Amino acid sequence: MGETALFWIMAPIAVLGALGLVFARKAVHGALSLALTMISLALFYIAQEAPFLGVVQIVVYTGAIMMLFLFVIMLVGVDSSDSRVETIRGQRAAATLAVLGVIVLLTGVTVRATLPSEPTGLAQATPDGNVPAIADAIFGTYVWAFEVVAALLITAAVGAMTLTHRERLFHRPTQKELSIKRFTEGPPGEAAGLPVPGVYARHNAVDTPALLPDGTPSEASINRVLVARGAARSTEEFRHHPTPADIEAGAEGETDEPVGGDDDTNGGERA
Amino acid sequence: MIALAAETTGDEIAGFGNDPWWIIAIKCLAIFVLCVVLTLFNIVFERKVVARMQHRLGPNRTGPFGSLQSLADGVKLMFKEDIIPKAADKIVYIAAPLVAVIPSFLILSVIPLGPEVSIFGHETRLQLTDMPVAVLFTLAIASVGVYGLMMAGWSSGSTYPLLGGLRSTAQVISYELVMGLSFVGVFLFAGTMSTSGIVAEQERLWYGIILLPSFIIYLIAMVGETNRAPFDLPEAEGELVAGWGTEYSSIKYAMFFLAEYINMVNVSAIATTLFLGGWRAPWPLSAINDGMFNTGWWPLLWFFAKVILLIFVFIWLRGTLPRLRYDQFMHFCWKVLLPVSLVWIVAVAGMRLAFNEGIERNQILLYGGIAVAVLLIGSLLIPEKKQPEETEPAEPAPFDAFAGGHPVPPMPGQEFVAARIPVTPTGATTKTDERTEESSRA
Repeated sequence: MGETALFWIMAPIAVLGALGLVFARKAVHGALSLALTMISLALFYIAQEAPFLGVVQIVVYTGAIMMLFLFVIMLVGVDSSDSRVETIRGQRAAATLAVLGVIVLLTGVTVRATLPSEPTGLAQATPDGNVPAIADAIFGTYVWAFEVVAALLITAAVGAMTLTHRERLFHRPTQKELSIKRFTEGPPGEAAGLPVPGVYARHNAVDTPALLPDGTPSEASINRVLVARGAARSTEEFRHHPTPADIEAGAEGETDEPVGGDDDTNGGERA
Repeated sequence: MIALAAETTGDEIAGFGNDPWWIIAIKCLAIFVLCVVLTLFNIVFERKVVARMQHRLGPNRTGPFGSLQSLADGVKLMFKEDIIPKAADKIVYIAAPLVAVIPSFLILSVIPLGPEVSIFGHETRLQLTDMPVAVLFTLAIASVGVYGLMMAGWSSGSTYPLLGGLRSTAQVISYELVMGLSFVGVFLFAGTMSTSGIVAEQERLWYGIILLPSFIIYLIAMVGETNRAPFDLPEAEGELVAGWGTEYSSIKYAMFFLAEYINMVNVSAIATTLFLGGWRAPWPLSAINDGMFNTGWWPLLWFFAKVILLIFVFIWLRGTLPRLRYDQFMHFCWKVLLPVSLVWIVAVAGMRLAFNEGIERNQILLYGGIAVAVLLIGSLLIPEKKQPEETEPAEPAPFDAFAGGHPVPPMPGQEFVAARIPVTPTGATTKTDERTEESSRA
């Protein structure tokens, strides 16, 4: 009774999630729909008296794998405008074949499970409970297959790391070296690092310059990327009581200063 | 799930699944109320303790000793203006706080708060339900809760929340791994993954004592998992304004807040259950009057005392430690915690095997001691590392990555030329240097 109710509530949600994965315009929506489907499936497993499988489904698939997918999608910012050109030749044919294979496999499994008149039943299949039965299958019956899959996964991980490994062309200065360098070589005013952008009464944003203790706005506090894009506010806007003479003198003085390239103290973090 | 637990046959755990519906309803309500009340308490508790640590008084206006301050703040937060940014993805933006807060209420349902008690004449356990995989269930629920933070970060449609969301994902995946590994020792010793079974196995000795390394690893991982200081990088206010929560306001923000504080209680409750003997009274008390304090309603007191002690540890850390740098934080997880826990698990498995084979504890200690002694003596034989010569080494052949026009990495023995990288803020930076640096980053 409870199981039937659960099925009729969760099954439509699972199907909706699957459809959402296929038809969603944004990649993140698709990924979230897939996560929904996975959680619904996990509930089905638990309802089918396979609590270990259900819980591990959530921990591994929803919690780790889907999370990594989402991480990459959000980081890279994939959207619907991505081209649909076949990048690997024969990809579609291979995909069609794989789909057919999966259909045949699933049909076979379902037929084998349902055609004999009476199913074995869980009580007979797993007499000691769910967890010992799975442990027995993984570390007993199928231990060889399990180890081979583990070796394959480790090879894949090591391979991915080898392929993405990059030798550094330069020595990367550490935080300590940079700090020492600031004290020994830089002007003493900047020894403590660059001022942070405009955190004061009227503006609290990265595009506004910081006001130095003497009241002058500091160009060094604005990210040079914003300056290059023209998204930063002019420092002149924030100068205190500017007189025409001040602005002229200030503008002249500022053009000589290098605008970019002066915030390498935190450049390492952005790289 | 309650009904399902009642239906199971093969995996049934003694003492569960026989409650009438009204007992289940009372327990559900009690857990909900407990979560909310503990949150209100913890916020005031945190502000008070941190204030004392900083020689302040803390909130002392609303209610006796300021105890109703968080209630007043909560009500105020609810009635604030609810803002949805223009660039936000509306559906995900609204769903995110719900996804964060709902799972946090579920974890206490598998935590044993006490032994069998009598509620209105009905004998029942002070635990909503238990499963053969209850501890893994808590991990699963926690990993669903993280989706809330991620969705919040992405759907807000601005930079700081996105960065906060990404950070929280990376952080929680890493620390959940370590947390899972710290459980393995407990599973090996208890022989079960059900919470009530683990508490029952700790009758003689708490696992926090036998498996001290596991306990310490868990304590570190639980701070990382709940995004609390010094691991609160996803909402680091010095760097990311408020991280994933930057664009949230009013009741939605309140829900995230609620989720964070309930999660603190959750991980503390799991630590109590797995490592600190659950609801069992601490040692001298447990011996009084033939274990009187381990029966009836008494255990609730010990359980919450332990939980609040752990909450105090959270607050203590927050009041003491500065925030870690992000890369150091991830290095710490993957390069320190993970290898240490793997080695420890191997050791625990060895110990477990020895116990199973019937080897006495004395013998294990003896042979373990001999092994450690041999290692120590062996380490004396390792020749001391040669001190680097004090004299200025000969000028190494300067290595220019761009000597041949095309960038090549250095050969072994060749030295980087640090001078190629502009370091000083005012920069003797020429245009070419800047470009090469950019290309090396790309």
